[in-house]
Amino acid sequence: MEEALVRAVLFGTPILLASLGALLAERGGVVNLGVEGIMALSALAAFAAAMAGGVGLGVLAGVGTGAVLGAFLGLFAVSLRANQFVAGLALAALGLGASGLLGKRYEGVPLPNPLPEEGLALLALALAALLHLLLYRTRFGLYLRSVGENPRAADLFGVSVDGVRHLALFLGGGLMGLAGAYLSLAYRPSWTDGMTAGLGWVAIALVILAAWQPLRAVLGAYLFGLLFFLQFRLQGSVPIPSEAFAAMPYLLVILVLALSGRTRAPKALGIPFERGR
Amino acid sequence: MLKLENITKRFGPVVANRRVSLEVGRGEVLALLGENGAGKTTLVSILYGLYAPDEGRILLEGREVRVPSPKAAQRLGIALVPQHPELIEAHTVAENLALGLDLPPFFSRRALEGRLRELLKDHPLGVALEAPVARLSAGEKQRVELLRALLSRPKVLILDEPTSVLTPKEAQELFQEIRRLQALGLAVIFISHKLDEVLAIADRIAVLRGGEKVGELSRKEADKETLVRMMVGRSVAPLPKVPPPREEVVLEVEDLVVPRHGFPVQGVSFALRAGEVLGVAGVAGSGQSELVEALAGLRPYRGSVRFLGQPLPKDPARLYALGVAHIPEERAMGVVGGMSVAENLALRTFRAYAPKGLLDYRAMEREARALIEGYRIKTPSPRTPVRFLSGGNVQKVILARELKGGPRLLLAMHPTYGVDVGAAEEVHGRILELVRQGAAVLLVSEDLDEILALSHRVAALYHGRLVGPIPREAASREALGRMMAEGRA
Amino acid sequence: MRLELDPNPTPAKILGLYALFLGLALLLLGGVFLAYGVSPLRAYALLLSPLGDTLGLAEVARRTIPLLLIGAGLSLAFRVGFFNIGAEGQLLLGAVGAAYVALFLPPGPWTLPLMFLLGGALGALWVGLAAWLRVRFGASEILTTLMQNYLAYYLVVYLVAGPWKGQFVFGFLYTDRFPQEAQLPRLGDTLVHWPTLLLGVGAALLLQVLLFRTPLGFAWRILGENPAAARYLGLKGGRLLLVAALVSGFLAGLAGVGEVAGIHLRLLEPAQISLGYGFTAILAAWLARGRPLLVLLTAPLLGVILAGGDALKLSLSMPFRVVDVVAGLFLLALIGAEALSRHRLIWRR
Repeated sequence: MEEALVRAVLFGTPILLASLGALLAERGGVVNLGVEGIMALSALAAFAAAMAGGVGLGVLAGVGTGAVLGAFLGLFAVSLRANQFVAGLALAALGLGASGLLGKRYEGVPLPNPLPEEGLALLALALAALLHLLLYRTRFGLYLRSVGENPRAADLFGVSVDGVRHLALFLGGGLMGLAGAYLSLAYRPSWTDGMTAGLGWVAIALVILAAWQPLRAVLGAYLFGLLFFLQFRLQGSVPIPSEAFAAMPYLLVILVLALSGRTRAPKALGIPFERGR
Repeated sequence: MLKLENITKRFGPVVANRRVSLEVGRGEVLALLGENGAGKTTLVSILYGLYAPDEGRILLEGREVRVPSPKAAQRLGIALVPQHPELIEAHTVAENLALGLDLPPFFSRRALEGRLRELLKDHPLGVALEAPVARLSAGEKQRVELLRALLSRPKVLILDEPTSVLTPKEAQELFQEIRRLQALGLAVIFISHKLDEVLAIADRIAVLRGGEKVGELSRKEADKETLVRMMVGRSVAPLPKVPPPREEVVLEVEDLVVPRHGFPVQGVSFALRAGEVLGVAGVAGSGQSELVEALAGLRPYRGSVRFLGQPLPKDPARLYALGVAHIPEERAMGVVGGMSVAENLALRTFRAYAPKGLLDYRAMEREARALIEGYRIKTPSPRTPVRFLSGGNVQKVILARELKGGPRLLLAMHPTYGVDVGAAEEVHGRILELVRQGAAVLLVSEDLDEILALSHRVAALYHGRLVGPIPREAASREALGRMMAEGRA
Repeated sequence: MRLELDPNPTPAKILGLYALFLGLALLLLGGVFLAYGVSPLRAYALLLSPLGDTLGLAEVARRTIPLLLIGAGLSLAFRVGFFNIGAEGQLLLGAVGAAYVALFLPPGPWTLPLMFLLGGALGALWVGLAAWLRVRFGASEILTTLMQNYLAYYLVVYLVAGPWKGQFVFGFLYTDRFPQEAQLPRLGDTLVHWPTLLLGVGAALLLQVLLFRTPLGFAWRILGENPAAARYLGLKGGRLLLVAALVSGFLAGLAGVGEVAGIHLRLLEPAQISLGYGFTAILAAWLARGRPLLVLLTAPLLGVILAGGDALKLSLSMPFRVVDVVAGLFLLALIGAEALSRHRLIWRR
């Protein structure tokens, strides 16, 4: 029982981190569908940097890569006012592709001195609480929520819509990068192509399930973690094909979307902001 | 205090402002008068950093300034109260007001509310700071908007058509507030297309027409007649008399209830006869949209509604086929911007152009040409996408389409909102012609003059209940204002 | 510096911006090649090498077939406002349908038509689920169709590793070979299964007519551009959306039938059935800007990239993931250029 809970938390941590990153951007009105690609490339960057200069450098590289990719998405989704969904999907493909391409030389190499998972799990929990405070107790949080609800009004009030959105994508990307680093430095700890295994998509669905609240995302992430753990455990011991277990998270995401399809999202979510007219 | 020199702004081929110069001093109220589409809002948008001017300079206290964003405008001491309240509905009043403050990076809700109370002690707010903005009335929202603008301690305050969402009584209160601010030394720019207001509040009046400043008068020099001539460029013909309604009842509404959060429509009853116009006024958000959308088949409702003796169906397509036309509240809802003028004129009837399965575009464009000519719609060709047309012409496209089938009932919501005088005149003329042919019209508008000019009977919606109707002859602007604001005739 | 809307951009400006952004994409791609350790110029040459000889062109044509079918359907779905990202999964379902007919029903002249029919139907059913969830519960189809890709993937893995695993194959994950009656004819010794190609061309033409010349298409265009207007007019939005989604799923299903009946001649591991056709077809559809006819141009264009990716893989033993990089960069370049051409930049003031 205790083991189940611990594993649930450890399985849930990357989902939580990535989900917090997506949530941060979405509260500002920007959908980041690139999570899967950002995580994959950050995981690779973290692993490569850790091999060269230790896990500390690895974490830094992971977070940095994620943040840079978040900012890169901002270039299209915020500055150019391009379709956020298509831009995100393109980034997902780009990240997955580039990580598969560039990571080939690290395939199958174990990391000599991995990070302790528990430390990062606690950090994720603290980050969720911090994000909650950021949203409701700070100027940036007020601006962020305003921009996500009614960018026109925020703009008239003198809030820099683009600036706030860029920063949200940048910070959110950093959190996704940390999720990637967790996978390749602590959880595995190694690099394989496709190691994100759809966790990025689960994270996006979790934002909806958590109704855009960081603290609820914690519970949701651990629930997903528990389910992953059960899948792991029951595999082989029950007469159900292993593919059914592997497919379960995706089925869950669909179920979550169907059940929470009409929850209240930030009003301006997914709509590029155009000033005037 | 603030000076604009030769401001020019083009949108593609359209010149929105041509070499406009203005000046407003400390403690002065400058009125910017002009019809819809005269370029008032564009000018203000430039001043507030929403658009960049193509030419011209802005000077503040003698120094040339650049205003690249609303944030910069605020830093310079320019504040704007927009035409329709732009607030964040999901947030509380306090959070909305906080956006006008210089906030510390970290703060608690309680500290914020304490600071706001301190700052607002001279300005009564009338609503709780903790209240979510979504629950406020339009007048209260504007009050929040004004206070937010004042919190930034501006030198110049711009009010864009501030009375359009207010009842006459609320407007009077606003004017008192403006005089107080004026006494404190604020420069105020007051934008309006209503002559009475302008004459009541302004020290000087600048008149815009077709994007150009056509004149500037002090209040002493100004009278209604001169202002109308400057504003419209010609005298406006009075609307023709409407004949009295016929006997036949077209629409009979009994105890109509539209469920909704906020103010639902509760137990509205009225009858509408052939050849009759019933005008419905009301403070924005009193149930007008809900009433019209229910009758147009766009919202579920309870109660009995009979159209020519039969129960009214609840499907917009069938309603149109039966002779119920609908001019929607939002123009954007009534057209598809990327589709051509001809296609938009056929939005209701496109299936009729395909007797053998394929659409006959030649027939569609032929009929479109006739309507374009008949309604004087200004468009390069029937194939031009509707999004290239001006607001007035888009409205004419909607009107032409809705009226072409010879409807028995017209549900018209804000039919002339934001269109220029010429187009408004034409829309009014068409509606009256329809009435003369025996159609019934339910006219919902924010423009009390429009309602009083066209209607046989007038009513107001007050918190979802219908006040009236009373005969036009018994109604005045003031009476209508009371019906809207207090719910009694 | 700021952006303002430009309602009426000139063609020169649009072309210039597309050229600029494609140039930037090539530059970034070159960076990725460098990081991988190959000369960018050599890699570009290889990427375009299929255009150099008939064998290469046949490869391009073969890749074009599924892109054409899926792209035509997606251009319709996108226009109507249904963002079907799950063509990959629908393609796999089509392959499953084809394999069922080929392996378990008595063969005869009816086999191939029946394969196309069942494959298309399964593809439509698969996307129909997502469309229903959107209409009924408001679930974002972008995510549901994407998740369904994974489900379809594992379904195929399960089938080829489990109940449908061939009786005469050992150590491999695929079914038995399809009987002669379930194999599509090809052009010469190439892998170009021309009946599917004809279906693709026909689909693009048919959808173009449907969209721009029929009342159904008229209603689709209203719904896609202005859902509020569709509601105002009393159009049955849910039903229209569902039909458009089903059409796109059906065509993706047909593409899946073509792949297994024309090329592999058996059901095998999903990664081998489709080389990311579902995703690449999104580009083809996006490039065609909601005009199914234009897919006749954009699908071969992307076919070149897929064939080029194959050449890179063979010559430099580069992982096939390179195709994702190329596709992702090009998609970003396209939407970037499109977005910027709708605006004008104002540097000062």
